[in-house]
Amino acid sequence: MSGFSFNDIYNAYTVHIVVLIGINIIMATSLNLIIGYTGQFNLGHAGFMALGAYSSAAFSVFAGPYLLSILGWSPLSFAEHVGFMAVGAHSSAAWLPASVAEQFVFIIAILLGGLAAALSGLALGLPTLRLRGDYLAIATLGFGEIIQVVIDNTKSVGGATGFTGIPRYSSFFSVYLCAALTLWVVGRMTRSSKGLSFKAIREDEIAALSLGIWNTRVKVTAFVTGAFFAGVGGALFAHFNNYLNSGTFNFLKSIEYVVMVVLGGMGNLWGVGAAAIFLTILSAALRRFSVWRTVIYSLLIIVIMIARSKGIAWKFWKKKEKGVSLSS
Amino acid sequence: MIKFFQQIVNGLALGSIYSLIALGYTMVYGVLRLINFAHGDIYMVGAMVGYYAARIFTGGGSATRLGLVLLSSMLVCGLLGALIERLAYRPLRRAPKINALITAIGVSLFLEYFGQWLFGADPKSFPDLIESQQAFNFHGVVFNNIQLMIFIVSFLLMFGLRFIVQKTKIGKAMRAVSFSHVGSQLVGIPINRIISLTFVLGSVLAAAAGILLGLLNHKIDPLMGLMPGLKAFVAAVLGGIGNIPGALAGGLLMGIAETLVSGYISSTYQNALAFILLIVVLLVKPAGIFGKSSQEKV
Amino acid sequence: MLKPTFRKISWFFLILFCLCFGNACVKHEDSLTVGVFASLTGTTATFGQSMNEGIQLALEEVNQSGGLLGKKVRTVVEDDQSKPEEAKSAVLKLIQQDQVLALLGEVASSRSLAAAPDAQNSKIPMLSPASTNPKVTEVGDYIFRACFVDTFQGSSMARFAYNDLGLRKIAILYDVKNDYSVGLMEFFDKTFRELGGEIVAKESYSENDIDFRAQLTTIKGDAPQAIYVPGYYTEVGLIARQARDLGITLPLLGGDGWDSVKTLEIGGKSVEGSYYTNHYSADDPSPVVQNFIKKYQEKYKKVPDAMAVLGYDAANMLFDAIRRAGSAEGPKIRDSLASTKDFQGVSGKITMDPQRNASKRIVILKIEGGKVKFFKSLEPS
Repeated sequence: MSGFSFNDIYNAYTVHIVVLIGINIIMATSLNLIIGYTGQFNLGHAGFMALGAYSSAAFSVFAGPYLLSILGWSPLSFAEHVGFMAVGAHSSAAWLPASVAEQFVFIIAILLGGLAAALSGLALGLPTLRLRGDYLAIATLGFGEIIQVVIDNTKSVGGATGFTGIPRYSSFFSVYLCAALTLWVVGRMTRSSKGLSFKAIREDEIAALSLGIWNTRVKVTAFVTGAFFAGVGGALFAHFNNYLNSGTFNFLKSIEYVVMVVLGGMGNLWGVGAAAIFLTILSAALRRFSVWRTVIYSLLIIVIMIARSKGIAWKFWKKKEKGVSLSS
Repeated sequence: MIKFFQQIVNGLALGSIYSLIALGYTMVYGVLRLINFAHGDIYMVGAMVGYYAARIFTGGGSATRLGLVLLSSMLVCGLLGALIERLAYRPLRRAPKINALITAIGVSLFLEYFGQWLFGADPKSFPDLIESQQAFNFHGVVFNNIQLMIFIVSFLLMFGLRFIVQKTKIGKAMRAVSFSHVGSQLVGIPINRIISLTFVLGSVLAAAAGILLGLLNHKIDPLMGLMPGLKAFVAAVLGGIGNIPGALAGGLLMGIAETLVSGYISSTYQNALAFILLIVVLLVKPAGIFGKSSQEKV
Repeated sequence: MLKPTFRKISWFFLILFCLCFGNACVKHEDSLTVGVFASLTGTTATFGQSMNEGIQLALEEVNQSGGLLGKKVRTVVEDDQSKPEEAKSAVLKLIQQDQVLALLGEVASSRSLAAAPDAQNSKIPMLSPASTNPKVTEVGDYIFRACFVDTFQGSSMARFAYNDLGLRKIAILYDVKNDYSVGLMEFFDKTFRELGGEIVAKESYSENDIDFRAQLTTIKGDAPQAIYVPGYYTEVGLIARQARDLGITLPLLGGDGWDSVKTLEIGGKSVEGSYYTNHYSADDPSPVVQNFIKKYQEKYKKVPDAMAVLGYDAANMLFDAIRRAGSAEGPKIRDSLASTKDFQGVSGKITMDPQRNASKRIVILKIEGGKVKFFKSLEPS
């Protein structure tokens, strides 16, 4: 009998998509802080994600086993770890259940990933601060490309073959917890009175300066915080995917996130979250169009941008009541 | 020593390809302040159209054949450029910069993916319209006639563009538009037409670059514009974006830098070099070699 | 103001939802479903398309001769856009939504590696037609490959270069972004040096590069006797041309990535006198090979390349395994695949070894007089 069974909805594929949505929410929100609120064109967000992913994975794979054995557990073989929940490991004498011990390692890995990305955010943000608009966009694009090349040439994390054997620590729970955290942090940051300074810089840097806002510090804060959460997203992604390849974190990936931010509305916290959900599902839904998927996706980007801009431009036009505005 | 000179020659040859593409980039940025990511893909379309044109125009001497191929390619690309400008960029002229940037990326992706469907993802072999022979052999330092041609053409085009921009009325209009949109409208310049024209010009240049590259390398494919496009943009920034001689200089410089790094340091970091160079330039002198740093007025 | 937009949005999401999961509504109980994941678009689109073409030809034939286990066979083909994370997504969808009984894919080892863990975990046999990196089958006992591994290919060429061509000094120009090329480079390097040869230079490029003169000039300066270029045909023709331009007349050696008409088309005279390792030889007079070439040309109007051959062979190997197992259950198909012995494919007699890699002969081809000719074959030791 043909019909819908429960398994058609709740299965590994849908869980996969749902978890991906969660990770994308983190990525889009962190980028929203940089582009949406602070107006800094960042086309290299995937580079931050990559750093977070690779450093956290390196920790889990290389240092994880030692840490686990200290806690009394011997690490699972790779084959055993490929499951949707970390199945219990073999223990001698442990004072923490296996899954808890592993989550402990995981938390450290995530923090490490976020930290690595944040540091790179600092390294990238500080020198490029005085670049405006397009130039900053290209500099960040370059940053993303450089990160890719560096990863490709690092043998210990797999190089061109990719990084295999990353334990599956991520779960629906951990991903959405981090997503909620990201939303909360970014929300709090931008809604405070200090948070207004982000938007001030986006609107008019010189005016912001004249108001006594320390532009440098605000911009760097945006970059570093955004990078940190991108790193967290990357770490979650790495431990969900079990496999990393530098090709994943390319220019196209950065663009995916930028589209989410612009679609959701620059500086609109919930809007960007919704856009992340929408675009992830859309990408999966387009799969049935096979080869046409990519063509449709690129056309959609153009259409969305034009439609969105008409709306935003109209709003701007209304707000600007100074002087005469010529139309052509 | 011979190796060094050969690498310099290699660098100049590679660089002139970047220069050709950079010229078009810089022109469009000059009038629109928009990084036309799709420029590299128009270059690809130029090469593809040339490929099909060469299969249609089989008669005549090699010069006439080349002329016809160039003409048809330039025509199609010019039209394509104008179309893209009209449909995708004009609606966004007053929108925030980032929207226009993303749209440009969207157009680029569209051309690439659509090209993969239309032309087939397989690389094609560009026909031998001009026989590639060694033009020069000086104590072991070699380069061929097509490389020489590209080098000369990029200089010619640079001077030609410069002439148009500095000495003609249309060029004056272009300069006015690049200075201020509102101001040029106030003095009666039809900016839509001027911008379209600039796009057409840029696209025609890209088409020529595509054909020349097809002659040089014989391999063309739908994704051929991706990397060269990005690198040409870096070259344009290097030389001062919006500056025509700068585009040429930037391209040549980048070609040499890439080649020397690959030859003397490590070939694995060759592609990263373009971007490292970019970041260095942006930090040290954002206006580029020939560019003027402008003060932002309150 | 809110209500209409809310309704519009919910309709939209409903449509999306159906698009996403719609095909789960249709059950195909009267046919056997095999999943195929390939790079039909993106940077390595030509390989995915070729592989799929080979598979589709095999599919057509098996259905024409009555199908398997009394049922028709159908494939669900998913495009992974040449992206590893998409390969994983595609495989998950194929397993969960399309309920495939086996998987065919992928060409690139990086994408096979991305997808294999999920196939292994769901106990769905996965047969990669062309991934040559040894790590792929190490993922688990449900992962197989229909081709030889880089270790075998790289070392075979090294031995051929040393013993048959008498070469002692070789330079390597490989694609650093491509795990296949890196793998071949490493194994060739190791074996050649073990035999007593010298690798005078190791230069690299990235796939889709257009200019190799810098690297070639460096190599020229190091005076090798030959250059090993274990890359894809998309760059090889160009590399050969530019090498000859620079006055390098040395012979070029390569791997199965060379196998395509494009190599000759783009390389022309420049690839004359080159040797490369491959899975099969187009001028092999055996009826299996010639029949395949004829049928492929009839259907697709072009000459098959190595990926098409491997796709065809892998599909047939899978069908044969299902036939021998007499069942469509994962574990039984797996066991049947593992016991494949002397399967006659276009690419030779294939036996599955204990590591689930195909044990089969490798051929050395030479480009002579504008044609690719069979030169020698090496059996697995």
